[in-house]
Amino acid sequence: MADTALPAPRRPFVARYPSVLIFIGLLAVFTVAVTVLAEGFGIGVVSTSFVKTLGKTLCLCLVALAMDLVWGYCGILSLGHMAFFGIGGYAIGMWLMYARTEIIVTESLAAAPLPPTAQEISDGIATQIFGVVGASEFPPIWTFAHSLPLQLLAVVLVPGLIALVFGWLAFRSRVTGVYLSILTQAMTLALALYLFQNDSGLRGNNGLSGLQNLPGMDDVPQATISIVFFWASALALGLGYIVCAWVVSGKFGSVIRAIRDDEARVRFLGYSVEAYKLFIFTFSAVLAAIAGALYYPQAGIINPAEIAPIASIYLAVWVAIGGRGRLYGAVIGAAFVSLLSTWFTGGQAPDVNLGFYTVQWVDWWTILLGLSFVCVTLFAPRGMGGLIDVIIERRSPDRHGADLGPEPGALQEKEADR
Amino acid sequence: MMTYLLRVLACLFICAAIPAPAHAQDQAAPVQQVLQAHGEVIIKSSRRTIGPTIDALGASGLPEAQTVLQRWQDKEMWFERETGLFVFAQEQDDGQLMLFDVSDGAEIGLADKKAYKQLKPNSGIRGLIAAALVQFQLNAPALEERLVAVNSIERDADPSHLEALRGAIENEPDAALKARKLRLERLLTIRFAQDDAERITAIESFSGDLGVDLRAALNPLVATRIDAGAEVPEGARVIEAGSEQLSREDAHAILVEKGLARPQISRDALRAALIENIEGDAVAGIRVATLDTDDARTGAYAALVEAGLADPLVSDADITEALQAVQFYEVFTGAPVSVAQAAQIALDDIETRVALSQTADLALDGLSLASIYFLAAIGLAITFGVMGVINMAHGEFIMMGAYTGYVVQLFVPDYTLSILLAIPLAFAVTFGAGVAMERLVIRWLYHRPLETLLATFGVSIALQQLAKNIFGTQARPLTAPGWLDGSWVINDIISISYIRIAIFVLALLFLGLFLFVMKRTRLGLEVRAVTQNPRMAASMGINPDKINMLTFGFGSGIAGIAGVAIGLYAKVTSEMGSDYIVQSFMTVVVGGVGNIWGTLLGATMVGFLQKGIEWMNPSNTLAAQTYMILFIILFIQFRPRGIIALKGRAAEA
Repeated sequence: MADTALPAPRRPFVARYPSVLIFIGLLAVFTVAVTVLAEGFGIGVVSTSFVKTLGKTLCLCLVALAMDLVWGYCGILSLGHMAFFGIGGYAIGMWLMYARTEIIVTESLAAAPLPPTAQEISDGIATQIFGVVGASEFPPIWTFAHSLPLQLLAVVLVPGLIALVFGWLAFRSRVTGVYLSILTQAMTLALALYLFQNDSGLRGNNGLSGLQNLPGMDDVPQATISIVFFWASALALGLGYIVCAWVVSGKFGSVIRAIRDDEARVRFLGYSVEAYKLFIFTFSAVLAAIAGALYYPQAGIINPAEIAPIASIYLAVWVAIGGRGRLYGAVIGAAFVSLLSTWFTGGQAPDVNLGFYTVQWVDWWTILLGLSFVCVTLFAPRGMGGLIDVIIERRSPDRHGADLGPEPGALQEKEADR
Repeated sequence: MMTYLLRVLACLFICAAIPAPAHAQDQAAPVQQVLQAHGEVIIKSSRRTIGPTIDALGASGLPEAQTVLQRWQDKEMWFERETGLFVFAQEQDDGQLMLFDVSDGAEIGLADKKAYKQLKPNSGIRGLIAAALVQFQLNAPALEERLVAVNSIERDADPSHLEALRGAIENEPDAALKARKLRLERLLTIRFAQDDAERITAIESFSGDLGVDLRAALNPLVATRIDAGAEVPEGARVIEAGSEQLSREDAHAILVEKGLARPQISRDALRAALIENIEGDAVAGIRVATLDTDDARTGAYAALVEAGLADPLVSDADITEALQAVQFYEVFTGAPVSVAQAAQIALDDIETRVALSQTADLALDGLSLASIYFLAAIGLAITFGVMGVINMAHGEFIMMGAYTGYVVQLFVPDYTLSILLAIPLAFAVTFGAGVAMERLVIRWLYHRPLETLLATFGVSIALQQLAKNIFGTQARPLTAPGWLDGSWVINDIISISYIRIAIFVLALLFLGLFLFVMKRTRLGLEVRAVTQNPRMAASMGINPDKINMLTFGFGSGIAGIAGVAIGLYAKVTSEMGSDYIVQSFMTVVVGGVGNIWGTLLGATMVGFLQKGIEWMNPSNTLAAQTYMILFIILFIQFRPRGIIALKGRAAEA
């Protein structure tokens, strides 16, 4: 046993995962570059609306990260993560709408001969907000809408709880694979249908609007606000990336990858598969909700259509095209596809004249996306991230260290670490 | 020839030039006699006195009476000032009158307008005339006219119709119309008869009837009003104020209305009173700026009351006192007590029966929804249930089938023929699409279900957008043949449209077809062999690739036919597939994958469940769908393999 080496000292996290450092570096450069080019603080080459688009894209990257964690690493194809994204948006939207309406109502009541009572202010706000759905009272769901900290807490807690309960029920009864996918899709559909009702308490299909106007910041130009949100989104994405990378590293990461590859075997090895899955599912739901809470103030409006099952499917499409099972793949996929989508559906892409028919991309982009998605699934399961593999694997592998198996040529330590 | 013509012309000219009446007025005609007998009353025309005259006309039995009444009503009857004789007349452009005889309507000739005076019955008289006319219409020789009369009474009944109707029943030759008249007579008796016993008998005679018209006749009879007074009148029911039936607030409101109590001073009124009494920056010595709570405002108001500037608040004790001073009772306002009670009993009875019928109707609705879900899901039961291939583009195959039906109808205008053509065509189109998809996509992804799911999603997205590009976003009609219009009405509550029956029959047919193909044909045998063990099947000489392709095509083809059926009942849009896909998968999963009976049970459960939830919350189908999905999610917790779970080796496959 003399040759049994002491366990090698663990190298720092960043050294083991250089991609994290590269990603953070690129993100920082990108953020600074956009800031310099934007109208708010820089030279104004990039318009405010484009800064918002970029900020929103960063949020989409974050939710794609969450999706990759749950699908690419843990093998749970959730078709419901955009529901958590939407809940996060609703939670922050409630406060934004309440606070802004409160300012307006207080101002209008200040002119009244008697100072308004708390009840009068509350009634005024409720009439303003719920007039469109024919109600004038706050539903119980708005109990905490007056308080930013409580609503921020709701951004994390509500999706977390839903994911926890749903996941616990689903994993406990061993619903896996496509069944789980359909079940999550059904959950999303149920939530969307519920929110579509006028008496859901969240303004039915009108949704929440005017979220881009931050309460009490009417003097601050949107150009500045957009940069602030852009930075916040970049920060969230950077932090989210680091946390995700940390979660999937080490033994924990190995276990969840093993669950993806062969769940039964992991269970037989004595791991509590359900607990691992539940943690990943809930954690990614919270991450998605945080992304949503940052996304919707930039989008300005949220309505139940954003939660419809198709949104979650697009999320899966992004991650698949970017390359699942690697964090940067999800980010690349979300950024690439969503920006391309904006470009095509925005009518900026030039029409293609085939002589007998003119292809208008507004109409044909979805078809192209659907078909390319089929092609990616069929021919390039590693997605765009696979391209990076092609580049990296051209280097000669770093084969040093002790053999890990009895056979000559078995996996060696350095390789195994990768 | 020419001379002959000239002679004729001359004759005509002479005839026209002579104003002498061509037809003398018949003074002895019976109808003129009747009119003359009441001449003065008719000319005076008062609503109070005219009744007997109209009755006399109606009772005279003269065939002309109807015409007289009609033209009298239309203000076309005049009388000669000198003789008092009645004529029909039409004003001419030159100020003259064209006269007609009242007995036979024959033309009398032109006369000076000044010698005659027009009868102008007021609306009250016209109403009486109309009622009298109904009697004639009810007895008219033409069936249509009698039908019109009965319809108009059914629509808008009047107390006077009752007698007229009673007189028109015995001689009715048409059996169906006679039955209607009899029923109508009883309904009118309930509403208008003077004699209470008669009304009660009529009410009781309807026992077991559920008609909407009966309920419409009964409901006003049981109308009640809550009143307050020192004494309770006879037949009224005493109600406690503050009970479930009558809240304290409502009771107080009744007293306020009757002037027996002072109204409560509302929050707004209080605020208004405070604003009115602002002096400088204070109200009754209290600073305005401090009045931002209800308590502070009430305090300030109390100060105002003390200063005599406002009415005192009505306290709880005041209300209690006022309420105790009187008794509240409920009286029937629609009819005498005995009739109202009989009506109440009849209505209660009807309500029970209606509830029963509604349950039956709900069950029928549930059944038809179940058959729609079953239709949508049966294709999936083959591709997903038997083969284990998850096809998210299944909904788009349904849509393709529906659009095929629509396109066929563009070319074949005959709806029956076009549907008959559309069914095999839809099968062919979606069979082809299914085979193509199996060869191009699914074949490469067997045993990788998640990736199949994703790839078929891609196909689904593309197909949906393609349909949008071709057919536009607006809904396209798929018209059912005429013989499927209308519905099968069992009674006033239970009814089901023929299209739904057709869908139900189609669902049964498909079930039969599925069972036949799977259990009785070579293809079915090979399909079962391949799904159980493809390698073993292959070594027995079955080509698994071909079988998989055919099976997938078969499932897709059935989805196409389902699309035609669903298109008949709903509109054809590019999104119709995605409306059904989640429910279809739910149906298959709930029922138990791999078993057609399970799918049937699953569809039944989902259909009945959704209708049941809708019934509990009828205003909101969205909520029904939400709760149904939540229920299914919970259901799957307890039976993860569905209602009918496969056991043994098949379950592991």
